[in-house]
Amino acid sequence: MTAEVLRREPPQAPIDTSERGLAERVFRIRESGIVVVLVLFVAVTAGLQHRFLSASNIQFVLVNTVIFALLALGETMVVVSRNVDLSVGSVLGMSAYLSANLFGRHPGIPIPVVFLVGLGIGLGWGIVNGLVVAAGRVPSLVVTLASLYIIRGIDILIVGGGMVTANTLPGSFVDIPKETVLGIPYVAIAVAVVVAIGAYYLRSFRSGRDLYAIGSNPDAARLAGIPIGRRVFMSFAVSGAIAGVAGVLWAAQYGTVDSTAGTGYELTVVTAVVVGGVAIFGGSGSAVGAALGALLLATINSALYVLGISSFWDQAIAGFLLIFAITLDRIISVRLTEALRLRSARRAA
Amino acid sequence: MQHDIVPTPGLSDTGLPGEPAPPVGLRERLPWVFRWETVLLLIVVVIGIIGGSASPEFLTSYNLFNLGLSNGEIAIMALPMTLIIISGEIDLSVSSTLGMSSCLLGFLWARHWPMIAIFVVIAVVGLAAGAFNGLLITRLGLPSLAVTIGTLTLYAGVAQILLGPNTVANFPSAYTNLGVNAVPGTDGAVSYSALIFVVLAIIFGVVLHATGVGRSIYAMGASSEAALFAGIRVKRVKTVLFMISGLVCSFAGVLYTFRLSTSVANNGVGLELDVVAIVLVGGVSIFGGKGSVPGVVLGVLAFAGIQNALLLTNFNQEASGIVAGGLLLVSVFLPNAASMGRWAATRYRLRASQPQLRDSQ
Repeated sequence: MTAEVLRREPPQAPIDTSERGLAERVFRIRESGIVVVLVLFVAVTAGLQHRFLSASNIQFVLVNTVIFALLALGETMVVVSRNVDLSVGSVLGMSAYLSANLFGRHPGIPIPVVFLVGLGIGLGWGIVNGLVVAAGRVPSLVVTLASLYIIRGIDILIVGGGMVTANTLPGSFVDIPKETVLGIPYVAIAVAVVVAIGAYYLRSFRSGRDLYAIGSNPDAARLAGIPIGRRVFMSFAVSGAIAGVAGVLWAAQYGTVDSTAGTGYELTVVTAVVVGGVAIFGGSGSAVGAALGALLLATINSALYVLGISSFWDQAIAGFLLIFAITLDRIISVRLTEALRLRSARRAA
Repeated sequence: MQHDIVPTPGLSDTGLPGEPAPPVGLRERLPWVFRWETVLLLIVVVIGIIGGSASPEFLTSYNLFNLGLSNGEIAIMALPMTLIIISGEIDLSVSSTLGMSSCLLGFLWARHWPMIAIFVVIAVVGLAAGAFNGLLITRLGLPSLAVTIGTLTLYAGVAQILLGPNTVANFPSAYTNLGVNAVPGTDGAVSYSALIFVVLAIIFGVVLHATGVGRSIYAMGASSEAALFAGIRVKRVKTVLFMISGLVCSFAGVLYTFRLSTSVANNGVGLELDVVAIVLVGGVSIFGGKGSVPGVVLGVLAFAGIQNALLLTNFNQEASGIVAGGLLLVSVFLPNAASMGRWAATRYRLRASQPQLRDSQ
């Protein structure tokens, strides 16, 4: 419908049209809202406190964003298909402990192998989630709520009262988040590339588009011949695998891992995803938006710290922002639908 | 599944003449046997037997008291959650409403407010918190899952702003005793929170199962639009449900504070998922329109019983999530598997008896 309306721009005012077309196109991008908020936030904070834009603070924010941006990518794939994965925090916790524990058990183990193990653990749980959701036809909210408890419980049994401490980890591992090129952490670049690939996949590949179709209207998607079960299964498997990798990064960043790692992350990730413009009932939103949502939350966190505002305000602002984001999104989409409807009615008349 | 023949009871005995009457099975004669509540009751009894045989402590009044005490607030919050989920929505902000009320209690008590005035403020704030959820969801048409994840963070944030890193613990013992003593005349087995839960469960049960409002909650959960066209004030009822949830949760916050004698910013963090899990274990459908208060009461017993039994058998209690999560999975899986099996069986019967249906596919 959108494309059709755009093609039918009035021929009598071509210059005007192209300008409006551009402006409209920018406004139609769901992410533009969050970019504006992000820029405003950074500008105001930097105006008040120049330290905010220092290289070390930017690094700090980026490193803090990395884990949530990764998790948000997996969560986006799940949420656009009208599902939700609440188990990411537990998967991250288990992967963080088991992978970090490898260094103590097998000294000298290569770091890529550790990342692969983390990925494997996450993939395994993602496959379990995906199988139960897709084959068992059980709502994903319930399944992943259950696996949130089960995975955390197993993690607690494995870890017991123990923990991995930073001194058992090799220096090159804990330095991963600290290595930078031109002041930008390597991990931030790596995650940006991964998010870009994920966004491109969701936008341009058939199986990626299928997820949106499933999320907009599952019945229509089924009638259109989309293999819903397979696609949903895949999205959970990927989300799990990503949470597994994020767990290894978590271990590298924090050094100390016990059985509580990642507790409560699931709702923060969903918050980042929804703030980033992904509709909670599926069908729209992008991985880039979700990553920007994660970046915004980390930026707020750091801005409060830099401005000397108690970090106790952090949560309230994040919550307010989420409500603001979905309210604004709702109002804009209602207005836009109305405007488009009026315009096509006028054209038709 | 959409294009499958849905076996309605009337299908096999309508048009076709000479067709034998469908056999009356166990399902028709004893429908209650097949209810999830019955399975749950069995599970609860089994937990009681296993718990009782594994540890002589399990069925003592002292243990029952502790069981009720440590699960009282979660159980109380599960009641309004039941109604909200049946109406087709969800409220994840329950635990932070509890936390906010707990912090408000500490905040105002530290400023020497009289307890009665504090209770009034807490009740008003709880109602307002619920109304905020309800209005955003019903008037702006926002999904309750997203809104209440937002207010979950927002209300927890308010709690943090109120108390910051401080702890308030100097509550008068007249109040904190309510949190740790048993109701007189119950042989020390019933805590005040358990008693309050029972009273509220009866009220919620009567409202849901015996009043027009209760029927309308089921109706809007099954189809919001159909309920609207049937003349049900869907938005108003849902808003009121969220307000009741806010009120009950802030009340649970008071109980929580007096039980622990402490008001601290992270009170109640993470309880929301426990509450949702209990309601779902109790047989309430996450899609709305199905479920019952007795089922949720049994869900509370199963959930609390498992944790308690594991505690007494020296199993790492924090890992009891494995069993709780497993129970949650079973609670959605079993009815699903049963209905899938029934569909397959009915389809097989229909195809065998009415070959023309096979061609019409």
